[in-house]
Amino acid sequence: MTHSAVAVRVALFITCFNDTLFPDAGRATVALLERLGCEVEFRAEQTCCGQMHGNSGYEEAARPLAERFGRVFGDAEVVVSPSASCVGFVREHYGRMGVPFSGPPVYELSEFLVDVLEVEDVGASFPHRVTLHPTCHSIRALGVGDRPERLLRAVRGIDLVELKESRECCGFGGTFAVKNADTSMAMLGDKLRHVLDTRAEVCTAVDTSCLMHIGGALARQRAGVRVMHVAEILAAQE
Amino acid sequence: MSGFPAAAKEALADAQLRRNLGKATTAIRVKRAGAVAELSDWEALREAGAAIKARAMATLPEQLERLEGRVTRAGGTVHWARDGAEANAIVGRIAQDHGAGQVIKVKSLATDEIGLNEALELRGIEAIETDLAELIIQLGDDQQSHILVPAIHRNRAEIAALFERTIAQGQRLGLEPRSIAEAARKHLREKFLSVPMAVSGANFGVAETGSIAVVESEGNGRMCTTLPKVLVTLMGIEKVLPEWRDLEVMLQLLPRSSTAERMNPYTSIWTGVRPGDGPQEFHLVLLDAGRTQVLADEVGRQALHCIRCSACLNVCPVYSRTGGHAYESVYPGPIGAILTPQLEGLDRAPTLPWASSLCGACYEVCPVKIDIPTVLVHLRGRVVREVKSRWSPERVAMDALSLVFRSRGRYERAQRMARAGNGPLARMPGPLSGWTTMRELPDIPPQTFRAWWAQRDATGAGAPGGIDPTDTTGRSHGAP
Repeated sequence: MTHSAVAVRVALFITCFNDTLFPDAGRATVALLERLGCEVEFRAEQTCCGQMHGNSGYEEAARPLAERFGRVFGDAEVVVSPSASCVGFVREHYGRMGVPFSGPPVYELSEFLVDVLEVEDVGASFPHRVTLHPTCHSIRALGVGDRPERLLRAVRGIDLVELKESRECCGFGGTFAVKNADTSMAMLGDKLRHVLDTRAEVCTAVDTSCLMHIGGALARQRAGVRVMHVAEILAAQE
Repeated sequence: MSGFPAAAKEALADAQLRRNLGKATTAIRVKRAGAVAELSDWEALREAGAAIKARAMATLPEQLERLEGRVTRAGGTVHWARDGAEANAIVGRIAQDHGAGQVIKVKSLATDEIGLNEALELRGIEAIETDLAELIIQLGDDQQSHILVPAIHRNRAEIAALFERTIAQGQRLGLEPRSIAEAARKHLREKFLSVPMAVSGANFGVAETGSIAVVESEGNGRMCTTLPKVLVTLMGIEKVLPEWRDLEVMLQLLPRSSTAERMNPYTSIWTGVRPGDGPQEFHLVLLDAGRTQVLADEVGRQALHCIRCSACLNVCPVYSRTGGHAYESVYPGPIGAILTPQLEGLDRAPTLPWASSLCGACYEVCPVKIDIPTVLVHLRGRVVREVKSRWSPERVAMDALSLVFRSRGRYERAQRMARAGNGPLARMPGPLSGWTTMRELPDIPPQTFRAWWAQRDATGAGAPGGIDPTDTTGRSHGAP
C-alpha cells in the first residue's frame, strides 16, 4: 500500500442520494480516505447538487441548489464525492446555468485516489468475483477512463471479470427510467444479461444511482448477484 | 402515455424489429469504431468540422448570397423557399413546365421533411425513389426508420417478398442479396434512361464555387444527376459550406462516421450546367422551413451543424432498441430528438427531448461535435417553460423538492419522513408506475449517512476500520 506523504483535508460531498439511500457507500468512502491518511470532514449543511432538477428541465429550481453548493463547499481545501454523476453536474453544468463553482477542485473518488493521492493499490482485500459497470457520466462526462478498473485490479484476491458491451448505458438516466420506463427496461434487460453472463458475485460501479437500477432488477430476479459501490470494495480488508 | 414513450412501447413489442435493429446497429457501430481508429488526427478533424459549421452558421446570409451568385453565374437558377409548401410548389412547377409525368429521386431527407413526393402526386407527378432502401420504403408504403439506412427495420427475407409482390412479379428471388438487388437494378435502369427530370438533396453546397455535392454508395445518385435533362436540388440552408477546401474535412468525416468507409463509393459534385454534358437545366431550391428559427436559439442552433451521418443513431441505446418510427419524424435518434422539436415546434414534439438517458454516446461519436446531451437538457428546460402548464403535477413536485433541498432542516425532516414511507423524498423517483415492473426499490436504510456521521462524531469513533464495509445489513439487493 502506498500513502500520500501529505495529509489532505477532504470535504466529503456525499450527495443526497447516497446520504438517504446508500449510506454504506459514504461510510466506505470515509473509511478508505482515512486509511489513506486523509482528514475527512462532513459539512452537514450540504443537501442536493441540483442534478435531478437541472437535467429534467427545471433549471430555475436547480440554480438555488447550485448556489447553496457554492456556499457550503466554497472554502474547502478539496471536495471528493462517491458519485461521478453529481460531480459531473457540478463541473459541467453549473457554468452553463450561470452559477459556476469557483471553489476548490471537485473530484470523483477514483479521480482523487489516482490523480491526487497517486495511489492505485489502496490495500484492500476482496476475494470475490466482481464485474465493473463503467457508468456513462464517469466515462463520458468526467472522463475517468480506466481509473476505477486500475484501483480494482490492485485489490487482493479479487477476480475482476470483463462485462460485455460495458460502455453501454444501463437505462437509468434519472427521470428517464420513469418517463420512458419501457425503453429503460429494454436497456436494463440487456445490461442484466451481460452481468449474469459474467457469473460475478458482485456488480460494482462508481455511481449508486445506476447500481440501484441494476440492483433492483437483480433483486427482483433473485439472481444472487449483489451491487456494491467501488468504494465499498476498496474499503474492504481482511 | 403519448408521444415518444407510447410509440416506443409499441416498437419495443415488435420482436422482429428488435432483432433486425440490434443486429444492424451493432455491426455498424463496430465498423465505425474501426474506421475512425485508423486516423490519428480524428479529433482534430472533428474540431475542424465543428469550426467550419460554426463559421457557416455565423455568416449564413453572406454564404447563401455567395452561393446564389456562383450558381447563377454557372448557369443555374436559384429559388428561395420559406417553407415546405413553397418548395413543393417550386419543384412541382418546374416539372409541369417540362411536362414531366415522372421524376426520379436521389435519396434526400429534406424532400421527405417537406413531403415532396405526396405534393407532386397531387399534381399528377410520380416521384420514383432510386436509392435501394428508399425504393423498399416506397414500394412497401412504409416509413423510414433511419437517416442513412431507411429500411434498417427490414431484413432480406421481408425485402425479397416485397419485391416479388411489386417490381419482380412472378419471379423467385431467393435470399441472395445479389439477386434481390438485381431486381431493383433492372427496375431502376429503365427509369434512369427515360425520365426527363431528377430531384436530389444536397450534402453540401459550396458558397465559394457554387458547387453542390452529393455522396452515396449505390451510383443511383450519379445516374440521377447526370442522365436527365433537368436537375432540381432541394437544399436546407444549413448545408452551405463557405469554402471549397472545407470539403476536404467533411468528405473525411462523413463516410467514416456513416458507413465506416474510408471514402464513399460515389461523390458527385457539379457546378451549374455545362453545354452538351449532363443536365442542361439546373435549379437550386434553398429551403428555410424553420431553420432560421433554430438559428435564433444560441444553444439549440448547433443541431443545424448536423451532416446526417447517423453515427449518433447507431450508438444510441435508445434508438437501437426502439428504432426510428418511435420518433415520429423524418429525423430519428438523438439528432432527431433535438432537431424535430426545434424545426416543427416544441409543442408538436414535447416528449422528444426526454427520449434519452443522457448517456452521452451520441456526443462522443458526432463528427462535428454537436453536444447533443446539452441541447437535450436545454430543450427540456424550454418545454418546461414554454409548453408545460405552470401547475403541472410534475412542476409542483419539482418546486416542492427544490424547497426541501434549500434548507438543511427541511431536508433532514424529509429524510426522517421517508424512512416512515412519507414525504417528498419517499415519492422519488417520481410516479412509480414503470419502476417496479422489473425492479425492486431499495429499502430506505435505518440510518442516513449524516446520522451515522453525527453519531460517530459524538462518540469520537474516528478510527479507521471501525466499520465493516462489506456488511450491508438492511440492503435489499441480495447477497453473493
